[in-house]
Amino acid sequence: MTEIILEVKGPIGLTVEAEAVCPHRLSGLAPGEIEAQLVWQGPAQLPLSDFFEVEVREGEGEVRIAIEGDASRIKRIGQGMRSGCIEIDGSCGMHLGEEMEGGSILVRGNAGSWAGMEMRGGLLEIEGDAGDHVGSAHRGSWRGMSGGEIRIGGSAKSQLGGGMIGGKISVARDVQNFCAIRQSGGLILVHGRAVRGVGAEMTGGVAAVLGGIERFSPGFVETGMEEDPVLGGEKRPGTFIRYCGDYAISKNPKGTLFVRG
Amino acid sequence: MMFRNLVCPVCGASCDDIQVEMTAEGIVAKNACKMGNAKFQELASPHRIRQPLICQGGEMLPSGWEEALDRAADILASSSRPLIFIGSETSCEAMEVGLHLGEYLGGVVDSNSTVCHGPTAMGIQEAGRVGATAGQSKNRADLTVYWGSNPLESMPRHMSRYAVYPRGYWTRRGRFDRTVITVDPRRSLTAENSDLHIQLNPNTDFELLSALLALLHGQQPHPSAEEVTGVAIRQMEEMLELMKGCNYGVIYAGLGMASSYGKHRNAEMAFHLVQELNNHTKFVIGALRGHCNVAGFNQVASYLYGYPFGLDFSRGYPRYNPGEFTAVDLLRERDVDAALVVCADLVSHFPADCASYLGEIPMICIDIASCPTTMLSDVVLPGVIDAMECDGTFYRLDDVPIYFQPFTASPFPFTASNQHTLQQLMERVRGRKEAGS
Ligand code: SF4
Repeated sequence: MTEIILEVKGPIGLTVEAEAVCPHRLSGLAPGEIEAQLVWQGPAQLPLSDFFEVEVREGEGEVRIAIEGDASRIKRIGQGMRSGCIEIDGSCGMHLGEEMEGGSILVRGNAGSWAGMEMRGGLLEIEGDAGDHVGSAHRGSWRGMSGGEIRIGGSAKSQLGGGMIGGKISVARDVQNFCAIRQSGGLILVHGRAVRGVGAEMTGGVAAVLGGIERFSPGFVETGMEEDPVLGGEKRPGTFIRYCGDYAISKNPKGTLFVRG
Repeated sequence: MMFRNLVCPVCGASCDDIQVEMTAEGIVAKNACKMGNAKFQELASPHRIRQPLICQGGEMLPSGWEEALDRAADILASSSRPLIFIGSETSCEAMEVGLHLGEYLGGVVDSNSTVCHGPTAMGIQEAGRVGATAGQSKNRADLTVYWGSNPLESMPRHMSRYAVYPRGYWTRRGRFDRTVITVDPRRSLTAENSDLHIQLNPNTDFELLSALLALLHGQQPHPSAEEVTGVAIRQMEEMLELMKGCNYGVIYAGLGMASSYGKHRNAEMAFHLVQELNNHTKFVIGALRGHCNVAGFNQVASYLYGYPFGLDFSRGYPRYNPGEFTAVDLLRERDVDAALVVCADLVSHFPADCASYLGEIPMICIDIASCPTTMLSDVVLPGVIDAMECDGTFYRLDDVPIYFQPFTASPFPFTASNQHTLQQLMERVRGRKEAGS
């Protein structure tokens, strides 16, 4: 495995957009070439070395990028990723792993909004908290995440899985508003609580909130109870109420929402 | 001398029937409401900024026009990512120049709708909108719904000129031919003058709209809906009966819908509700736009660059992502390094973090009167009052363009309008950039 270690040099002023930081884009490049890769800061295109110390440990096979230091003002890391892996020591900025198709990303800290937006495959793991719009659709687009898996160790904010058509998202703690909005496929599993708007405009797929919902979406109708249902490949102990919705958006919706009874 | 058919530059109603008389005692404005009249008095206001100002050693000092323009151009040309914020009380022509300046500098251009009906515009993008002009609704609507809006206090002539009281072609008896519903958590003046007041709990518009839609789709809403919204299902049904039973209904959505929790999701649901109601009767929806030309920025920016607000030009082409490229978010994230503020008092109206960051970065302001934003600016260029001192175009609340003509001229020898000021600034910025490259 070739290892590329990128150490953030110091505090970053205006945010940086660094879609160049992606295994398949850096694979096969000499250290000098990696340093010369361009990233955006406002309208300026600047070399990667302006923001990172670059160290390369040559090896065989896939590329692993390790980012050290505070990358919370660096956006678009791993955008369109296809293979290999990225490990981020601390936190990172918006659009992490946007439109990724394969490979894996691990963030030990928090991730900004739009992580895994329109993701198609691969694994995106955030050990801390995530911002808004995780795995959601682009503005103006109707379809969000279609494949792969997102795991969040902490909480996520609003519009998680917006427009999701496939894949799986799990959140270990809580979500805020409009989780699973316009979901039409795939699975969203929230282990903690949700505030409001869960499953709004949902027409398919499965969402489950194990810790309870503060304000229920009015367009969901109870369809039965289930004991210890299997959700996301695992048995979830307890009695769950199953709902169908969202009747606010369709006369015949196929969205399923599980809430612990 | 009496001037007729003038356009009022205050709120989104863009009333175009104002008469102004300049007398020895002062300015007399007829047909204008209280808000409009106050604006016409600004012409002779002692607060008016009458010369350019430059901040020197923490003090705002009068300066020459050339010197102020040079300083402003220096700030913009040397910034890495400027925010150009164009308020709404100026013409589309000025907005166009501001947008081009933003594109040229690779900056970000935003406008008032980012903190007002931006969510409504986003709702339109999500769901589409069935709309109508104010004239169509005036002539046809026998049901008017004010949702989260209180026009009697925020747009005083809306009810009398466009929506409720005027006699229309198919609504010959005016108010007697119309039913008015107000949806508002408060017992506002408008609610008091309505036939039905739906007094929902604050921030529950989304749930109420969803519940109405579920009922329209033949399902009883989740039992918690009554408690959450504070509106009984029976009352929702009564409201739906009125809506389905009318010949032509119109919802005027206010900031109570667009800026309460849920934001564009509320607006989106309202657009869906209106679409669904069109299976039963004719129904339309429009936003009650607060400021006079706030709709204009959305129109001009969409026409020129494809997006209604919050446009980022850093890649040389426009990008749009509210939450990332919108003024409040950029200032909170400290992601711009200079600001040009045209006809907007951002320091008073933005969240405290954003306002204090504006105090840290170099700022240029074009305004007619001193305000906290001009006080924190490095350069203040005096503003020209559109529709009084120069001609141009506003878009009315229903997205109809209104051309306006002035009744007096710019009081300044150095600029004829805000458009002219921005053009001069653009030229200077261009000169610096070209000399530097
Ligand atoms: S309603 Fe609005 S546009 Fe009409 S006169 Fe009053 S302030 Fe001016």
